[in-house]
Amino acid sequence: MAGFVIRRVLGGIVILWLISVITFLLFFLVPKTLGSNPAILFAGRSPSEAAVAAVTKKLGLDDPLVVQYWNFLKGIFVGRHYNAGPDTTYCPPPCFGYSFKNSQPVWDEITRALPITFSLALGAAVLFLVSGVGIGILSALRRGQLIDRAAMTLALGAVSLPVYFTGLVMLLLVSYEWRLFPNIHYVPFLDNPLLWARNLLPAWIVLAFLYSAMYARLTRASMLDVLGEDYIRTARAKGLPEHQVVGKHALRAALTPVVTIFGLDLGSLLGGAVLTETTFGFRGLGKTSIEAISTGDLPTILGVTIFAAGFVVLANILVDVFYAVVDPRVRPT
Amino acid sequence: MAVPVMVEPTERPPSPSARPVAGRSLWRIAWSRLRKDKVALASGAFVLLVVLVAVFAPALTALAGTTPDEPNYDLLNPINAMPAGSFGGISADHILGVEPLNGRDVFARVVYGARISLLVAALATLLSVVLGTAMGLISGYVGGWIGGLIARLMDLLLAFPLLLFAIAIVAVIPDSAFGLGGNTLRLFILVFIIGFFSWPYIGRIVRGQVLSLKEKDFVAAARGTGAGPIRIMVHELLPNLVAPILVYTTLLIPTNILFEAALSYLGVGVRPPTASWGDMLATAADGLFRVDPMFMIVPGVAIFLTVLAFNLLGDALRDAFDPRGGG
Repeated sequence: MAGFVIRRVLGGIVILWLISVITFLLFFLVPKTLGSNPAILFAGRSPSEAAVAAVTKKLGLDDPLVVQYWNFLKGIFVGRHYNAGPDTTYCPPPCFGYSFKNSQPVWDEITRALPITFSLALGAAVLFLVSGVGIGILSALRRGQLIDRAAMTLALGAVSLPVYFTGLVMLLLVSYEWRLFPNIHYVPFLDNPLLWARNLLPAWIVLAFLYSAMYARLTRASMLDVLGEDYIRTARAKGLPEHQVVGKHALRAALTPVVTIFGLDLGSLLGGAVLTETTFGFRGLGKTSIEAISTGDLPTILGVTIFAAGFVVLANILVDVFYAVVDPRVRPT
Repeated sequence: MAVPVMVEPTERPPSPSARPVAGRSLWRIAWSRLRKDKVALASGAFVLLVVLVAVFAPALTALAGTTPDEPNYDLLNPINAMPAGSFGGISADHILGVEPLNGRDVFARVVYGARISLLVAALATLLSVVLGTAMGLISGYVGGWIGGLIARLMDLLLAFPLLLFAIAIVAVIPDSAFGLGGNTLRLFILVFIIGFFSWPYIGRIVRGQVLSLKEKDFVAAARGTGAGPIRIMVHELLPNLVAPILVYTTLLIPTNILFEAALSYLGVGVRPPTASWGDMLATAADGLFRVDPMFMIVPGVAIFLTVLAFNLLGDALRDAFDPRGGG
C-alpha cells in the first residue's frame, strides 16, 4: 500500500513537471516564434527601446530557453534574483515571477484568488454532491416511474444549459429583478460569514444545478449496474431487508465511480470555475487567469495554469489512493 | 492474403410458424427501436432543422429581409441605445428583436451563429473521433507500454483544466500565423484545440471495447490466417466499433458546441463582427442583459435547444444500440 502511494505520488510529480515544461514552452516559445515580444508587454504601453532592452535583461528573456526554464523552476523552490544593473530584486519562494501587468508577485495574486475559488468550489460541491447523489439513488430505486423520468428529463435539460446562461438568468432574477441578493461581490468568510454565504449562494446554486444533474445521471447509472449484479440477488435471496441490500451492499459499490469523478471534478473546480467566476464577477483563479490572458500577462497565466494543474494532479492521486483503499484489486497496477 | 473472417449472419432455419424471420442485425434492431422512440425522432428532426438553418443561413436571412451585420440605429431608443419597443424590439421585420447599441437583427445573428457553432463542433468532433479511434485501437490492441502510455495520456487530458489551458493557447497565438489570418485562423485554432482536448472521450470508449473484443474468436481466427495488427484493427475490430463510435460522436457534438460557446463567451472565439452564440451572450453579460433580457435569452435558448436535441438523440441512440435493452 505504501509503495503504491509512493509510486502514484512520484507519477504525479512527473506529470506536474511535464505540464510545467509544456506550459512554459507554450507561453514563452509561441510569442517568440510568432514575433511578439513579452518584454514589450512588460514594459508598458509604447515603451522606448532602452526600456524594452532593460526589461529583457532583467527578466532574462535573452537567455537560452533551458536557462529560463531552470530559473523559473528555481524560483518556485528556492526563490530567485532579478538583476537589472544596480537594482536587484529578490523574489522569495514560491516565486512564480512578477505580473507583467502590475509588477506584483504572481504568488500574491494566486493567494489572493485562492480563497474565492475555494469558497465557490467547496460550497457548490456540498450542494451538488448531496442533491445529485440523492436524486440519482432515488431515480435508480424508482426506475421507470414518474419521479425517475421527471428527474432524468430535468437532468438532461440541466446538462444542456451553459452555466453562464443559467448564471445570467439567475443574476437577472435574484439580483436585479427581485433584489433578493443585491450587489453580489466576494466577502471573505472571516470578515462576515453570513454575507460570505449570502453573496456566494446564487453562484453555488448555478454550479450545483449543472453538477447535480451530472451526478444524478452518473449515480443512477452506476446504481442500476450494481443492482443488477448477482451478489445483490444473493443478498435479497438470503432475505435481507431491502434497506440493508441497498444501504449496505449496493450503495458502497455504486458510489465508488461517483467518488472518482468527484475527486477529478473538485480538482478542476479548485483550479478555477472559469465561467461561473467570470459571470458572477468573482476574481478567483479562473477569472484572474482570464484577465491575465486578455492583457497578455504571461507570468500570471503560467503561474495560475500550473497551480490549477497541480490541483488536478493532486485530485488524481487522491482518487487513485482512495480506489486502492476501497477496492484492493486495483493496487498492483 | 488474409481472408476477412467476418461471417455474414446466416439465415436461421425456417421457424415452425409460417412467418419468415428476418435477419436481425444490430443496426436493424436499433433502427426498429428508434422508429418507435418519439423523443428520438423529434430531436433528430430538430438537429436536422438546425443543420439546414446553418447551411442555408444566407438564403434564410435574405428571405426574412435582414442581414447579420447591418446596424439599425433608427430602431434604438435614442436615450439609452436599447431596442425601442417591447421584448428587445421584436417586430414583423425583426422577429427576434434587434441588438442593443447597434440595432443589428438578432434573428440573422443567431442563424449565422449556428454556422460557427455547428461548423466548429462538427470539425472538432471529426478530428477527435479520428484521433480517438486510432489511439483507442492502438492502446487497446497493441497494449504494452505504448498502450499504457496512451491510456495514461487520455486520463491526464480528461482530468486537465481544459478551459483554462485552451484559452491560454488561443490567447498566445497572434492574429496571423501558419499563413492564415483573421477568423479563418481562429476557426482553425478552435477546431484544433477542441478536437485535441476531446479525443480521449472517444479514445477511452474505443479502448475499452477493443480490450474485450480482442479476446474474441474472430480476432484469433484472423490472426491465425496471418493478418497483421493493422489489418486486424482496421478490418476486424473497426467494423464492430462503428455503433459505439456513432453513439459517442453524437454525444460529443453537444459537448463541443458548449466548448466553442464557452470559448467565445470568454472572448477567445471568432472575432466580431462574425456572429457566434457565445459572443452574443458575452455582449449581453456585459451589463446589457439587465436592461434588455431578450438579447441574452435568444442566444442562450439557441444553445440550450441545440445541445439538448443532440443530447436526447445521443441518449436515444445509446439505448437503441444497447444489447441489454428490450424491444
